[in-house]
Amino acid sequence: METIKITIDNKQVEVEKGTTILDAARKMGIDIPTLCHMRLDDLNIENKPGGCRICVVEVQGRKNLSPACITKCDNGAVIRTHTPRVMNARRTVMEFILSDHPKDCLICPKSGTCDLQDMAHRLGIREIPGQEIAAMSTYRKDTSPSIIRELDKCIMCRRCEMMCNDIQTVGAIGAFNRGFMAAVGPAYEQNLEYSPCTYCGQCVAVCPTGALTEVDHTRDVLRAIVDPAKTVVVQTAPAVRAALGEEFGMKPGTLVTGKLVTALKELGFDYVFDTDFAADLTIMEEGTEFLNRLKKFLNGDKNANIPILTSCCPGWVNFFEHNYPDLKDVPSTAKSPQQMFGAIAKSYFAEKININRKDMVVVSIMPCLAKKYESQRPEFAVDGNPDVDYSISTRELANFIRQANIDFVNLPESDFDRPLGESTGAAVIFGNTGGVIEAAVRTAYVLYTGKKLNRLDFTELRGMEGVRQATIDFDGFPLNIGIAHGLGNARKLLDEVKAGRSKFHAIEVMACPGGCIGGGGQPLHHGDSSILKARAAAIYEEDRNKPIRLSHENPYIIQLYNEFLGEPNSEKAHHLLHTHYFDKKAKIIVKQ
Amino acid sequence: MSSIKIELRQEDLNKIHEICDSFNNEPLELINILHRTQEHFGYLPAEVQEAIADKLNISTAQVYGVVTFYSFFTMTPKGKHPISICMGTACYVRGAEKVLDEFKKELAIQVGQTTPDGKFSLSSLRCVGACGLAPVVLVGNKTYGRVAPDDVKVILKEYE
Repeated sequence: METIKITIDNKQVEVEKGTTILDAARKMGIDIPTLCHMRLDDLNIENKPGGCRICVVEVQGRKNLSPACITKCDNGAVIRTHTPRVMNARRTVMEFILSDHPKDCLICPKSGTCDLQDMAHRLGIREIPGQEIAAMSTYRKDTSPSIIRELDKCIMCRRCEMMCNDIQTVGAIGAFNRGFMAAVGPAYEQNLEYSPCTYCGQCVAVCPTGALTEVDHTRDVLRAIVDPAKTVVVQTAPAVRAALGEEFGMKPGTLVTGKLVTALKELGFDYVFDTDFAADLTIMEEGTEFLNRLKKFLNGDKNANIPILTSCCPGWVNFFEHNYPDLKDVPSTAKSPQQMFGAIAKSYFAEKININRKDMVVVSIMPCLAKKYESQRPEFAVDGNPDVDYSISTRELANFIRQANIDFVNLPESDFDRPLGESTGAAVIFGNTGGVIEAAVRTAYVLYTGKKLNRLDFTELRGMEGVRQATIDFDGFPLNIGIAHGLGNARKLLDEVKAGRSKFHAIEVMACPGGCIGGGGQPLHHGDSSILKARAAAIYEEDRNKPIRLSHENPYIIQLYNEFLGEPNSEKAHHLLHTHYFDKKAKIIVKQ
Repeated sequence: MSSIKIELRQEDLNKIHEICDSFNNEPLELINILHRTQEHFGYLPAEVQEAIADKLNISTAQVYGVVTFYSFFTMTPKGKHPISICMGTACYVRGAEKVLDEFKKELAIQVGQTTPDGKFSLSSLRCVGACGLAPVVLVGNKTYGRVAPDDVKVILKEYE
C-alpha cells in the first residue's frame, strides 16, 4: 500500500494514495459537511456526483476551492476545511439551493429528519437573499400506492437515481431536463405507478429532503381503532423490533420487542400479533413446496422449477414481474408472511373469535414500502375486502407512538397475544439477508433427512456481501444455496437461471441491501452502515434467545394445521396461502 | 406498467432496430442513435424512445433523460418550416427576444410547439456562428440576418 502525507487543518496525517480529502478528514475526526455525498460501507454503495459543492475546502496552491468528496489527496497537500473563504462559499451554495426549495418545513413529512434542514441549521442560514423575486421550479405531486414524490423539494443530489439504477438496476427514475428545471423521475414525467418501479423504497431511504416520502396511513389506522364496530388486529414484521428504538434515541441494535407490544396495546389494538407467526407458516408452505420440487428434480424432471426462488419480498416480486416475466413460474407460489397472516387472521382467527371478516381490520407494521402496494393487490382480497387493510412503516409507527404521548423508552415489556403471536427463532431471522433461506434450511433438513439437526446457526449463509453462496450437507446430498440482496445482485443470479446455468437448488432474494433491516420504511440511516449491522446483530440475538428455533416446532403452527389447514400444501393451504404472478413488462405493440 | 401505449408500425420498428444495430446496440452510442432516429422520424415520440430503450436494454427513464437534456432533441413533430431564433449573446443583446416574441404572437405558439396546421414550429438555439448578422433567424435551411420585429410578418409571408 502506497501512502502519502498530507496536512489538514494544521494536523499531519498519512493516508493511502487515492484517498479523497473527505475520507482523510473523517479518519482524523474532522467532519466536513456533505449533502449529496452518501456512502454505505460494506454494501459497496456510494453516491458522489460532486454536485452540491457543500463540501468545498481550500487546497494550498489551487486557485479554486475543491469539493472534498471527489478530490483525491496529493502528496504533501495542505488542506484547510474552514477558512472564511470556505465558510462563505458553503453559505452561498446553501443559499442558492434553498432559493429554489419550498419553505414549508413546518408541515413537511421529512421535518426533523431532513438532511437539508440540518445543513441549513449547521451553516447558520438565517435569510435567503433574493428569494422574493426568484421564481421557483414547480412540479405536480405524484402519489403512488407506496411512495409520494414532491419534486419541488428535489435538490438534484441524485442519491435516488443512484439507488434505483446502479444498485437496484430497476431504472424507474432518472434525471431529466437541465438547469433550473432538472429533477429526477420516471420517463415522460409519468406517475411512478406507470414506471417499472418495484416500490422497494430505497430512493425514499436515501432522499435527503422531503422530495420522496411514504404514503402515510396512520390516520386510517386511528379511525379503525376508534370504530367500536371493528376488531383491529396488528402484526409486526421481524425487522421492526430491531430498529424502532432508534426513533426514540435508543442505540442502534437495541431490541424493543416487549416495548413494541406494550406500545401497540396502549395504542388500542385489540389483538397484538406477530408476522413472525406467518413467517413460520411460510417455512412450512415454501419448505414443503421446495422439497416436492427437489424430489421431482432428483428424479430427472426437467420442469421441476429448480432453483426455487423465495417470494417473501414484495419488492423482489414486483422486480421479476417487470423484468423476468418468462421466469414467473420459478419463484415459490407461497405468499409473503404479511399476506399469509392477513389470510389466516381473516379466516381461521375470525372464525375462532366468531366475527365476520368484514368487521376485522388487519394492520401490519412493516420495515417496507412495497408492502403497502402488496396489501392493495386485488388478488389479496375477498369480495373487495383486503386480507391486510393497512400497512404502515416503522417510521409511521414511531410517529403514531409519539402522537399518542407514549413514553416508549420507559415502557414495560409484554408478550404477543396468542395464537398468532407465537413464533420461533427461525421466523425472526427473516429480517436479515440470508435469514429466510437459513430458516428454510433448518426445517427442510429435518423433513428431508428425518434426522435431528446438530447445529442451528448456519453462519455460512450470513453476512453483508451482495451475492453469497454456500453448500449445505443434507445427509450426503450437497444442497447449493444462493443468496442475493439488492435487486442488482438478484439480477446477476436471475440471468444465470434464465440462461440455464444456475447451479443452485434454492435462491433467496431480498430487494433491499441488508434485507428487511435496511428496508425503505425503516428509520433513516443517513448513510451510516454501522446502524444496519447493529440491527442485523440484534435479529440474530433474538433468534438465539428464542426457546424454539425451528418453524415446524411452533406449537401454534402445529395447532393451525391440525384444526384448520390439514397439512402443508393442502388444497385449503393452497387456496389461502399461495398466489400466482403476472407479466408486467411493458410491451411494444406492432400496429396493423 | 406503462400508461403510454407503445404502438409502432412494423416498418418503423424495423428502422429503429436497424439504426440500433448499426451502432452494435451499444448504450454508450445512445446520443448518436437518437440523432439518427430523429433524422428519420423528424422527432422522438415516447413510443420511439421505448423501442430504443428496449433494443439497447436500458431504462426508458435514461433515454428520456438524454432527450430532455439536449435541446436539439424534440418530442414534438417539427413543422414543415421549422423556425429557429438565435438567442446567443450577440443576437440577444441586439434584440432577438423581441423578434422571438413577435413570432410567438404571429403564430400563436410557444417555443417548442408547432402550429395546428403543421406548417411552422418554433425553437430557440444558441449561436449559429453568424454574430455579425445578429439577430439571426433560420427558417428551414435559409438564414435571415439583422431581423427586426417588423420583418417577422414579411418572412412568414414567404412561406404562405
